[in-house]
Amino acid sequence: MNWRRALVIAKTDLKQLRVSRDFWIPMMIMAGLFFIIIPTILLFTITRLQNVQIIQKISDTLNVLPHSVRSSVRGFTPAGRASYAMAVYLFAPLAVVVPLTISSAVAANAIVGEREKGTGEFLAHSPADEREIYLGKLIASILPGYLTTLVGFGIYALVVNIIVGHAVGGWFFPTGDWWLLMFWVVPPFIALALSFVVRVSSRVKSAAAAQQASGLITLPLILLAAGDSSGALFGQHAAGWFLGLAAWIGAIIGLMRGRTAVNRERLLGVDPNA
Amino acid sequence: MSETPVVDLQGVARAFGRVVAISELTVNVPRGSVAVLLGPNGAGKTTAIRLITGALRPQKGTVRVFGADPLSSGESIRQRCGVVAAKPALYDRLTGRDNLKYAAELYGVPGGDAPIDEAADRFGISGALDLRVGGYSTGMKSRLALARAILHDPELLLLDEPTAGLDPEASRAVLALIDWMASTGKTVVMCTHLLVEAEGIADQVVIVDRGASIVSGSPKELANRYWPPTLVIDAEDRTKLFERLDRMEGIVSFERNGHALLELDDLKRVPDMVIALTKAGIRLTRVEPVTPSLEELYFAIQKEGTK
Repeated sequence: MNWRRALVIAKTDLKQLRVSRDFWIPMMIMAGLFFIIIPTILLFTITRLQNVQIIQKISDTLNVLPHSVRSSVRGFTPAGRASYAMAVYLFAPLAVVVPLTISSAVAANAIVGEREKGTGEFLAHSPADEREIYLGKLIASILPGYLTTLVGFGIYALVVNIIVGHAVGGWFFPTGDWWLLMFWVVPPFIALALSFVVRVSSRVKSAAAAQQASGLITLPLILLAAGDSSGALFGQHAAGWFLGLAAWIGAIIGLMRGRTAVNRERLLGVDPNA
Repeated sequence: MSETPVVDLQGVARAFGRVVAISELTVNVPRGSVAVLLGPNGAGKTTAIRLITGALRPQKGTVRVFGADPLSSGESIRQRCGVVAAKPALYDRLTGRDNLKYAAELYGVPGGDAPIDEAADRFGISGALDLRVGGYSTGMKSRLALARAILHDPELLLLDEPTAGLDPEASRAVLALIDWMASTGKTVVMCTHLLVEAEGIADQVVIVDRGASIVSGSPKELANRYWPPTLVIDAEDRTKLFERLDRMEGIVSFERNGHALLELDDLKRVPDMVIALTKAGIRLTRVEPVTPSLEELYFAIQKEGTK
């Protein structure tokens, strides 16, 4: 296993993404929408415009949450409490949707994309080991989604602190639960999803088919991850830790099994079982 | 003891489902030689190259490259091979330099940009090196693919239809470059269905059809085996020449085509024939053994095979 070669493959894939505006512009728009525009509009509506209807609806929602969650919601006014709840609890799934969507889109093309462009032939004849190719492709798929999420998370933290902070007694975000979410829960779900998607990418005949199939695979994972993240944020710390741990175990098994799916014959578009 | 051949395929077979790509391929390429796998499209030439680098597994037979099995020693074998695939297999969104850099890094070529610039210069693409490959012409892509293949100074070059899609001028340039690479002592295996490409470069021709090697040898050996001794002869007085030739021994067939085209039982008869004709007062203007082109040879072999 030559790590240098795996990193070279990852670096070149990332370079291709960087020069592909048609890839990163929609990616930026999606991240901007989820992390900046939608939260800004909603939080601004609650805190500044004092939209009574929305505040009432969120307050009603807060009433059905567990007592521990309700007691941890900060704020001097109903609007402040509503915006705090939104900022901390209701946007949690975004942290999962964005990286999974972006990374899956990249991973879906990982192998079948090489095949469609004919560049799989180059990799197949190169000295790179199949594990190095797999690892390079994984790194190149994980990084765009996860880095976008981390940057988006930073901007999101800034936005909510600026808009909501004054109503809850100062800067409050990220909370401890969000750190757990970002660094314990989200990464294994990305890895787990990608282990499936790269496997799909090596088996299907076209990039379009890979996108379709990866959508099917990642949707339940997004739902599961969203549920897990909400659980972690809704005060069920133990559940968050355990589900995160289960996701890590699943990811490790998935990644190990996924390795065998990438081989030279598949890079050439040949079914190794034929 | 003879030297281990660089490429040694013995009775190799590979099918994809029901489609048999290679049924019985035997190729032996000595070090420093140029072998041309010649055959129609679908003959199994690309599969042969993929088997040599270990990108594909054979289902039957043995593959040895530099004396080793590509399936168990693939990494070190591929490190010593440079491959130009039938399609250039380049990253269109990247620049030419990025493509070369990628290969240089994968193959661990030291020296930063210097070997990249040198390879690009060698193949005449220096001016376009910092442009995106997507905007390259087919000829430029082929040159870039060749530059990438030699970047790590491989000992074995595998070229799959290297002039496919090129105009005649670009094809000639690419063939000249292959000739140059062969002159530097590299072993070259080239696949082509264009007979004219193999002409003049091949030390060994392997004719492949339906996945099997029909025949192999140097063009000269093949000519001796499959091409009858043929002679073109002409004289100032053709009538007299033809009358005399009618009565001469050793002529298997005789065609009057302006000059006389003779098929002889043995080319060693030529000096005696010339003396006899001169003694008979015939002033000869042309006596020339016919060397077959590879194309003529190919069809002669095919014809032989169908008999």
